[in-house]
Parts: sequence; structure tokens; C-alpha cells
Amino acid sequence: MAMRRALFLARRSYRLRRMMDAARLLPILGFMLFLMPILWGPATTDVRPTAFDAVYLFLVWPALILAAFAIARALAPVMGAEGAEAEAAEAGGRDGAPR
Amino acid sequence: MIAFRLLVLVCLLYVGMLFLVAFFVERRAARSGIGWLRSPLVYTLSLSIYCTAWTFYGAVGYAARSGLEFATIYLGPTLVFIGWWWFLRKLVRIGKSQRVTSIADLISSRYGKSNLLGVIVTVLAVVSAMPYIALQLQSVALSFGAFADAAPKGWAIEGPASTAFWVAVGLAVFTVLFGTRNLDANEQHQGVVTAIAVEAVVKLVALLAVGVFVVWFVADGPADIIARVNASQIAAWRLQPGRWIGLTFLAGAAVVSLPRMFQVMVVENGHERQLATASWAFPLYLFAMSLFVVPIAVVGLEMMPKGSNPDLFVLSLPLMLHQNGLAMLVFLGGFSSATSMVIMAAIALSTMVSNHVVMPVWLHFVAPRATLSGDVRRVVLLSRRIAIGAILAMGYGYYRFTGGGEALAAIGLISFAGAAQVLPAMVGGMFWRGATRAGAASGLLIGFTLWLYTLFLPSFGDTGLLSPAVMTQGLFGLAWLRPHALFGVDGLDPLLHALFWSIALNTLAFCAVSLMTFPSPVERLQGAQFVNAFERGPGAQGWSRGLAEAEDLLVMSQRILGPDAAQAFFGAQARAQGVEGLLPETTPEFVDRLERLLSGSVGAATAHAMISQIAGGAAVSVEDLMAVANETAQMMEYSSQLEAKSEELTRTARQLREANAKLTQLSLQKDAFLGQISHELRTPMTSIRAFSQILMGGGLPEADAARFAGIIQDESIRLTRLLDDLLDLSVLENGQVTLNETEVSLRTLIDRALVAAASGGLTIEREAGAEAVTLHTDADRLSQVFINLVSNARKYCDAARPRLKIAVRQRGAQVEVDFIDNGTGIPKDSQALIFEKFARLTDQSRAGGAGLGLAICREIMANLGGTIAYLPGQGGAAFRVSLPRRIARVA
Repeated sequence: MAMRRALFLARRSYRLRRMMDAARLLPILGFMLFLMPILWGPATTDVRPTAFDAVYLFLVWPALILAAFAIARALAPVMGAEGAEAEAAEAGGRDGAPR
Repeated sequence: MIAFRLLVLVCLLYVGMLFLVAFFVERRAARSGIGWLRSPLVYTLSLSIYCTAWTFYGAVGYAARSGLEFATIYLGPTLVFIGWWWFLRKLVRIGKSQRVTSIADLISSRYGKSNLLGVIVTVLAVVSAMPYIALQLQSVALSFGAFADAAPKGWAIEGPASTAFWVAVGLAVFTVLFGTRNLDANEQHQGVVTAIAVEAVVKLVALLAVGVFVVWFVADGPADIIARVNASQIAAWRLQPGRWIGLTFLAGAAVVSLPRMFQVMVVENGHERQLATASWAFPLYLFAMSLFVVPIAVVGLEMMPKGSNPDLFVLSLPLMLHQNGLAMLVFLGGFSSATSMVIMAAIALSTMVSNHVVMPVWLHFVAPRATLSGDVRRVVLLSRRIAIGAILAMGYGYYRFTGGGEALAAIGLISFAGAAQVLPAMVGGMFWRGATRAGAASGLLIGFTLWLYTLFLPSFGDTGLLSPAVMTQGLFGLAWLRPHALFGVDGLDPLLHALFWSIALNTLAFCAVSLMTFPSPVERLQGAQFVNAFERGPGAQGWSRGLAEAEDLLVMSQRILGPDAAQAFFGAQARAQGVEGLLPETTPEFVDRLERLLSGSVGAATAHAMISQIAGGAAVSVEDLMAVANETAQMMEYSSQLEAKSEELTRTARQLREANAKLTQLSLQKDAFLGQISHELRTPMTSIRAFSQILMGGGLPEADAARFAGIIQDESIRLTRLLDDLLDLSVLENGQVTLNETEVSLRTLIDRALVAAASGGLTIEREAGAEAVTLHTDADRLSQVFINLVSNARKYCDAARPRLKIAVRQRGAQVEVDFIDNGTGIPKDSQALIFEKFARLTDQSRAGGAGLGLAICREIMANLGGTIAYLPGQGGAAFRVSLPRRIARVA
């Protein structure tokens, strides 16, 4: 039983690590996707397929947001712990510099 | 038609509503905590101040002019936010753990609490915010103008400039009321942030409403829009790769380096979980804001008359189509966008101005002269209010100066490029420990100067500060200094040109100077804390560790409380701690009390700020760290000293123990020796005395008398021999013997020994050939050893036919002489003892000696540079004498 439990935990933290990797990779992927229109449109003709570009951008964009959402959800447990720490620290004494 | 008065009334009502929201929230927060206000939703919505009037009005105009390029302004921040794990998370963590109050504070704190950097960043931020604020004023003025155009009659305004002026005044008042209403340390402008969240909802709803109206009521749904897009003049836009990448980068840089964004993102952040939600929710907001931009632009271009300002399509379309309600909503949305940006920017900038410019100056020049209580709180608030007014005035000035003719997006980008100059110092400071203050300062100054010269000053146009001659021929007539073609690079458009040169040279200077200079200890500590932000828990800094010098705190307190009150307090605290004099230990409790005392006089926030910021406060954490490091070093040194001492003590104790054991052993040996000696001396003495007594009695037969006299003589000879042996041993043991070295043949020596030892009963086996060795040694002493060995064999060999074999062998410079008899030999456990004094294995009657023979042999051999050892396993008692052929001269 103990073995299975340990295995489960290791697997979970492994997943968490990979999720952090995903969080790091996502903006790079996004950057490359956002650069795609450059590759499509050598300005040989005056008229670009603007509507197509727009549709592409406005499809890639929510896809990235969705991926970010999934990653943020998966990383929530880690953040939860850290957030609790932060709140505890805050309860001790807030930063009080005037701003 | 909407009357001007109604419009103004709606604005005032709207602002009043926001004020109530803020007021209510702050009341709630004060009474029952801040619970739901810390929700990620409010945080995300407050981030939406990124979308200003530029987005609300300008994006459509931008799309109408440059097609999809407008999207880069939102794609950059999207990338930054979905990449929050890289950068934003660390930024927020640092912001919280270092209690950063602004972006200037961040930079200054990272580079060793440098006030110089604080000032540079503040100036840079204020200057680069000018176009941005002007943009907001322009947009509000334009939106008023749009209503005026729609209903030319009955409007009592003189022109956009006057509208902009009154808007600026209104916003200044509003911000002063909003942002500097209180200075309580525990309130992170919760009210303002919530009001901004409300505004975020208003502007999003307004823009979406227009979008839905345009797509589904004006056009026939998405398919129709796509067809119209391809048919419209937008389709003629060209994607310039340089601008596409450059603007994406610029927007991404701006979203982290704009002072107001930093304010809501880092300073107002409640906990990191908010950021996790914002990582997808903020891009979603941007997406929603951008979604209908192209449709509105397309439809606007189609329907609006030629020459109408595309920046106003959002508003002018509903007006033209007589959708007054929608137009009013849009107006409020635009108003929200502008006001929220201006409020937050003014708050952030005024904080920077008061913390990094006014307060240091005030404390340096004014406060020392104010010997009695000076109201710091009033100074802080006043400086902020003045700063807010000044910032808005500068924004208005920029608007008037540039004539308000430019497209909104173009103005906004100037601002972005200015704010982005902070990026190298910021990113470098967070990820590179080698970044130094000098590097950051030079990078910032070079970037700022280039931005001013290539983008900001030219933006004033012909009316501006750079003459047309400078623009076309360069500064001082140097062609390579033309503002739009620096170093002869004239293939880029002005924005990209300015961005490229300023950021590139900024980064270059930052890196190069950082590599060449050496950071101070405080810088290095701060650098380590920033770069390794995740190795510490969040919010770990506080009064909880050692602190600034008590003397500094006293000096500061005297400035605020007056000398008498401050000294009385410090004295009382010192006495309470049991310390003599006026300077107590700066324990956390003491600093807490001091802060409370100061807050009673100048307000909590100021007191905290005085301690944490002005008295070297942000520096407190570092000095504290240094103190801790110092202490640790001292402790370590002390403990290593202790360790060394204790080691030494242990060593000494061990030596003493050993010496003691040796002494005890020696004492025992001496006792045993004395016992042996007395015994050895007593035995012959007893017989001598007994026989001499008998002789003295007389009357003995002659033969008996002679016999007794013989015994007496024998015993005295034995006694003499014993004493001789003892003396001999003592001399040998002390190494006082003088050796009489001669050349002698080994064979001669053995011959002599055999004769002297009267080896009559022994059969001797010798190897004549091997004995032909010439020795250079003390012949008498060596033969003494041989005699002893031979006589031992004679005395102790218990074989029926005793036999002694003398074997000689040469080993290099050594000669070995073995004396092996055929007796029973010596038992193994006695072998170690035989060379000791008085060691006799059998009763002494057989031996006829004192048992000193082998002990003397050993000492002689030691003196001759050789050894004598028992040789086990030879079938009888066997001794090996080994000695050098030539005695070594020792000293």
C-alpha cells in the first residue's frame, strides 16, 4: 500500500514538473505562432488575405489562452501553498510604504 | 440629441458612482477585512488599465490605418502573461519580498538602494508618461467633439483644447481625492483598484456592445464581415516583419515596465495565485477587447464619410446610426479607459516622485532645520498632490504643444518606447547577479537620451524643440546624428529606428559597464536576493531581523518628534532593555514601538515609510542581512577558535595522561628495579655476613675456615661483578660510553669469546669461510656480547650433548652473527622479556649472574649501531646479532 502511495505522489509531482515546463514553453510556442503571418505574406501582391490572417490570429489567440488556462489550473496546487504563505506573511505586517 | 450638459452630468454621476464604490470598498476593507477584494477577478480587471483610451478608440483607428498591426499591442502582453512562469512570477515574488512600492523603487532597491537610479527611473517614467496622458486627454476631447459634430447646435464648448483642459483639471482633482485620500499603510489602494475593476467592466461591455451591434445589426454576421474585410482598404495593409516583431516586443516590454502596470500588477498584488488566474484571464480580456476592432474599423471605413477620424469610429458609428444609448455607453467606456489610466498612472508616478525625489530632498534640506515636530505626513501627501497636478499639467502641455493632431496609437507608442528603457536594467537585475549600479545607470541614461532625441523631441513636430534643420541635417550639421537616421540607418521607420537604437545601446551600455565595474556589498546582497528570489519565502522581510543603527533611528526620530521627546523615548526603551545611555538595542519590538510612536505623530504609513524607506529603510533589510552575515562570521570565527582551544586542551590532556602513565610505569619499574637490586645485593651479603660471623666465632677446623673464607670471597666477587654490571648498564643506557673503534676480524672476536666464555662443554660449529669479515667497531664491547651469548648457551643449553652453531652472514653493509644452540629454547611468551633487566627464566643458582647480561648486550648493540634479537624457530635458543660493518659515526 505504502509503495503504491509513494508511486502515486512521485507521479503527481513529476506531472507538476512537466506542467511547469509547459508553462515555460508556451510563450515560445505563442511567439512562433504569432510570427507565422510574416512567413505567409511576402508582399509581392498588394492585397493580403487579410481576413484569413485575422481569422488565424483570432483562432491561435484563444487556443493559447485555453492552454494557459489549463496550465494555470494544473499549477494551482503549488500556487495555493505559496499563496497561503504570502497571506500568512501579510497577516504579520503589511508593507506600508506610502504609494 | 444629447445635450452637452447631459454629457457632463453623466460624467459627473459616473465619477461620483466610482467614488462611492471606492469609498464603500475602503470602508468594508477597514471593517471586515478584504476577502473578496483579493479575488483574482478584481486583480485581472485592474490589470486592464493596460487598455486605455488608446485601445478603446485608437485600436480601431490603428486597424483602419495599418490593418492587423494593431494586434501586436495585445499579442506582446499576451505572450508575457502566458509566460508568467518565467518572468512575472519572479517579478511579483521580488516585489512582495522586497516590499517594492514602484518600478523606480524596484530598480533602486536592486542596485543597492541607489537613490540616483530611483531619480533616473522616476524622471524617465514621468517624461514618458506625458504623451500617454496627453493621449487620454486627446481622446476625451475627441469624444466630446464627436458629440458636438453630431449635434453642432447648442454646444457651449470652445474647442478640443478647452475640453482637454477641463478634463485634465477634473482628473487631477479626482485623482487627488482618490489616490491621496489616505496614506494608511495597510491599504493598497483597494478602493481605487476596485473602482478601476468596475471601469474595466464598463469599457469591455461598451466595446463588445458596439462590436455586436456592428457585426450582427449593421452587417450580416461574421461571414459578411469577412467578405467586407477583404473588400475594404484594410486589406491593402502590408505586414512589415520588422514592425510586427518590434511592436510585439515593445508591447510586451511596456506591460511590465509601465509604472501604472507595475503598480497594479506587483504593488497591488495580493498573492501569487492571483497571477496564475491573470495568466490566462488577462490575455482573454485583451482578446475580447481586440475581437471587434477589425469589424468596427471595416464598417466604419465603409459607412463614415471620407476624412472622418478613424480613431472615433467606435463612437461616431452609433451616433451616426442614432443609437444614442449605445453612444452614451461608448462614451462612458472611453471615459473609463482614459480616467482609469490617468488615475493609476498619476498615483504610481506621484508615489515615485514623492518617495524618490521629494522625500530625500526634504529630509536632506528641510527636515534638519525643523528641530521640532515636522509633519511628514503632510509633506508626503502634499508632494503627491502637487506631483499629480504637475503630471497632468505636463500631459496637457504635451497635448497642446503637439497640437493634438496625431493618431492615438502613434502617441501611445512613443510612451511605450520610453517606458521600455527600464527593461534591460530590470530584467538584467532579476536574472543576472553581475548587473551593477553603474551599468544600470549608464544603460538607462543612454536609452533615455536616445529615446528623447530620436522619438520624443521629434514628436513635437515643427512646433517642437528640434528645428527642421536638425531633423534633416542632424545635430551640429552632422548627418550621422539625424534623429530619424542615427548612424546613417535610414531604412527604418522612426519608431522602429528609435526603439532599435535606444534598446540596443541601452542594453550594450548596461552589460558592458556592468562587466567593467565592481558592485558594492549592498548591491551584491540585493542582487543575490533578487536573482535567487525563489530560495526565500515570500514576504520574509520585515522588522523581524536586526535593523538599522539605533543612532540613525534616533537622529530620524528627533527630526520628527523633536529632540526631547525622542530622547526620552529612546532612553526609556534603553532602560527597559537594561542598556545604559540613549541607544537601545534595535530589537523588532523596539522598532515596532518606535513605528507606533511615530505614527501617532505623523501617521502610520509615513512612520513606516520613514523607518523603512527614508532612514535607509529599504536598506534596512540589507544592512540587516549584512549584520546577520557579520554576526554569523563572528560566531563562526569564535566557535572555530573555541574548537581550536578545546582541541588543544584535549591534546594537552592526552599528553599529560600519557606522561602520567609513563611516570607511573617508570616508578613501578624503579620500584621493581630497586627490589631486584636489594634482593641481588642481599643474597651475597647474607652469606658473607653469616660465614664471617662463623669465622669470627673461631674454633673452626682449618679446612672449614678456608672453605668459608673461599665462600666469602666468591660472594664478594659476585657482588663486585653485579655492581660492575649495574654501573656498566647505567653508562650504556645513558649513552655516555666512549667507543674504542678499531679494525678487527670477526673470526678473532669469536675465537676470543669462545676462549673467554670457557665453552668447554659445548660443541661449537663454525663456518670458517664466512667469518673472514673485517669489522670497524669497538672490539671489546662486541666480544663482550659474544662472550655473554656463548656463556648463556653454555649455562642454559639443556641438551644431552650441547652444541652451539655460530653462523655468519653478510647482508649489504650489515653483518649478521647467529648463535644457535640445540636446547629447548625460550618459551614464546618469555621471548619479549629476556632482554629486560633481571630477567631470568630459571632459578639463579644455575645462572650465577644477576640477569643483566642480555640487557647489557642490547645496550651495547644499540651503541654499536646494531641490534640483538631472539630468533625463534631454530630448534633451540637462537640469538641474532646484526651490526654494520663500519660503525656509523653518530654526532
